[in-house]
Parts: sequence; C-alpha cells; structure tokens
Amino acid sequence: MKFFAIAASAFLIGVTAASADPIEDRQALMKERGAQMQVLVPMAQEKQPFDAAAAMAALETLAANAASVDVEALWPEGSMGGENDTAPAAWENWDDFVAAHDKFKADAEAAVAANPQDLDTFKGVFGSVAANCGSCHQTFRL
Amino acid sequence: MSRMRMLIAGAVIVAALGAIGFWALSAPSRLPGDAIAAVSDGAETRGERIFWAGGCSSCHAEQKAEGDARLELGGGLELETPFGTFVAPNISSHETDGIGAWPLVDFANAMQRGVSPEGAHYYPAFPYASYSRMNPSDVADLYAFMKTLPAVEGNAPPHQLGFPYNIRRGLGLWKLLYFRDEPVIALADDAPSAAELGKYLVEGPGHCGECHTPRDMFGGTRYGDWLSGASAPVGDGKIPNITPGGDVGGWSETEIADYLESGFTPDFDSAGGEMVSVIKNLANLPPEDRAAIAAYLKTVPAR
Repeated sequence: MKFFAIAASAFLIGVTAASADPIEDRQALMKERGAQMQVLVPMAQEKQPFDAAAAMAALETLAANAASVDVEALWPEGSMGGENDTAPAAWENWDDFVAAHDKFKADAEAAVAANPQDLDTFKGVFGSVAANCGSCHQTFRL
Repeated sequence: MSRMRMLIAGAVIVAALGAIGFWALSAPSRLPGDAIAAVSDGAETRGERIFWAGGCSSCHAEQKAEGDARLELGGGLELETPFGTFVAPNISSHETDGIGAWPLVDFANAMQRGVSPEGAHYYPAFPYASYSRMNPSDVADLYAFMKTLPAVEGNAPPHQLGFPYNIRRGLGLWKLLYFRDEPVIALADDAPSAAELGKYLVEGPGHCGECHTPRDMFGGTRYGDWLSGASAPVGDGKIPNITPGGDVGGWSETEIADYLESGFTPDFDSAGGEMVSVIKNLANLPPEDRAAIAAYLKTVPAR
C-alpha cells in the first residue's frame, strides 16, 4: 500500500514537473524538498513537537520526490546559465553526481521503511537523509 | 667616464638601491615577545572552541571529512585560485611532518604574522591577516588543543604558482600594503555585548571576511566593502553579501544563528560550496557564539 502511495505521488510529480525548461524543473524539485525540510528540521531540532504522522507524510513526499528524478533528463549537458545553481562539477564528475542522487533516494526510502514512531528513531533516520543536502551541495551547487 | 658609462653606472646603482629597498621592505616581521601569551591551566579545553571558530579543518583535514576525521590535519587540499594552486600543509601534531615540534612562539608567529619558523612569509591563502586580530591567550589555547590532536604522517606537495607569485619574499610587500591587525568595524558605544563578541569571532578567528569581502587584483582585502560578497576564491560560485544590505538582510538574528548551526536558510534551502564545511565547524560552537556572530552581522554597514 505504501509502495503504491509512493509510486502514485512519484508519478504525479513526474507529470507536474514536466515543463520545457530543466532549470525550472530542478528548482521546483528542490523547492518541494525544502518544503518537507521545513516540517522535518524543526522536529529534529526539537523546536516543534514530534508528530509521527506529519513526519511520515513529509518523509514519504521526500522519498517520492527523490524517486521521481531522472538525473539525465533534469540535468542535460550544458543546461547552465540563467538561474542555474548547479556547479559545472556535476557534469565534470557525472558518475559521482548520479551516485549522490542514488544515495539520497536510498536514504529517503530507508527513512520511510523505518516508519519512525518516536523522536529518537526519527532523529536517527532523518539525520541520514538530511546529511545528503550538505554533502551534495558542497560539491555540486554554486 | 663617457656619458654612456655614467648612464649604465647610474642604472646599476638605481637597480641595486631598488634591490636593497625591496629586501628591506619585504623583510618578515615577528611578533614582539609580549604579544605571546603563556599556555595556562585549561588551555586544551578552551582551545577546542577556538579551533572550531578558526575553521582549521576546512582546509587542513580531508575534504568532506566527518566526525573525528575533521581532527586529522594532514593537509593536501588544493585551492585553485587565480594566482595558482595552493596546497594546504600538514599541521597535525606529527613531530616532523606536522607542527608537533613547534614551540608556541613559532605557532603564534605563523598564526598572527604569517611568518614560518625559518623566517619565510606564508601566502595569505592561510588567513593570518584575520588571525592577527586574535587574542594572544586564544592563540595559546588553540596551540594547546592542537597538541592533543592525532599525528598524521606525510607531507603535502608544494604550492604551484606562476611568476611573480612564486617569489615568497614579494609577500613582504603585499603585507606592507594590505596586512593590518586592527579591528575592521568600529561598533557603536551602545552596541550589545553579543555584537562585540561576534565582531571578534567574525573579524578574528572566524576569518569570514577572507571569502565574503572582495579583493583587489593583488589579493588585498577591500575593507571598505567589508562582507559585501565576492566571487569565490576557488571554483565557480559566488560568495554572498552578508551585510544587512545583502542576501541575508531580511533574516532575523535567530535565523542567521540557526543557519550557522544547521545549514538551512529560513526557507529551508541548504548551504552549498565551502560553506558546508564552515557550518560543520560552527555547529560545534556554543550557541552563544553563533548568536553573537548574528548580532554582529546586524551591525555592520549595509552594502
């Protein structure tokens, strides 16, 4: 059931994100991730009370978002300029860039599978997911 | 003597005087003895805070190091800049490959005057211009803490710089033009005490201005444009303007302090580039220090 939920939302994201401009699509993708972080980070920092259902919903959206990404379609060679924030290093180290995406996807799926019901479990699995933001941005974001 | 000979003799004298002048002006200057504090009780413990504020790990640990690996300071990181490639040296406690055998006086002169134990200039890729604003007692504390870190074997390769930047002695002139250890911003008398602490952390050990302030063509910091952003010294990115007139002008002090801990902006974008490593360091500071940095950033002139 959970699988179908993820697959369905992945499909929807895939459809809504399909515009002509890969840079706009990337921004939409990242903004959606940011919106989930806005729910998850304050809980992990204990600035908001832990709400298992809200956390799970945000993690599922994140996992679906990650699963929806076709790296080659979203980051075609030469899609720079304008509002692009992807560093040339992404295309120069393409395999590492793809691997960074795969890791984020795997960590997000693992967090959903863990289905955290208490704060400590949540902090553990969410910490692994959130670490992807910095480690990928460090090398691949301008 | 013919007129030609006189001209040649004159040119030789001018060149000789120029060389003497260059040599005299470019001489490394060391700290006066009373600018070096003694290592006092508890220095090792206090020094850890200075270590994280100073960001040593960002260049001297392995790139992307996490956890305890950030304390292994074997060097080797290459900084590709318009002047050439600088390679961060081994500053671990190793007796021969690192700085483990250095007395405090050598450490202090490296940190605060950019002078090596042998009396050579360091390149300002090592941010001693900022570290020169540190309290001598903090330098001594940092020295004591770094003694407790692991010894790492191995030497980093030398810098690869083109002419004329490969002439170390020339850095004496650079220092003459640009090196100054006085504070950058004069705070108002009624500035909160947090801003005072933040000023010290930002202008001194934190060396924020090294990347966030633009430089002129010789790599001199343009203090009149303090913290107003610059092109990245390494790579293709842009370093943001962090004055109240810049990208973070609309952030509250709490939001700035949170960002320095978590890397998340108020709209939950996440930091990129070199700042990722900076945040890993700053996250280890006591919360008051991050709040102090935020308080100071609210007081600097908007650009």
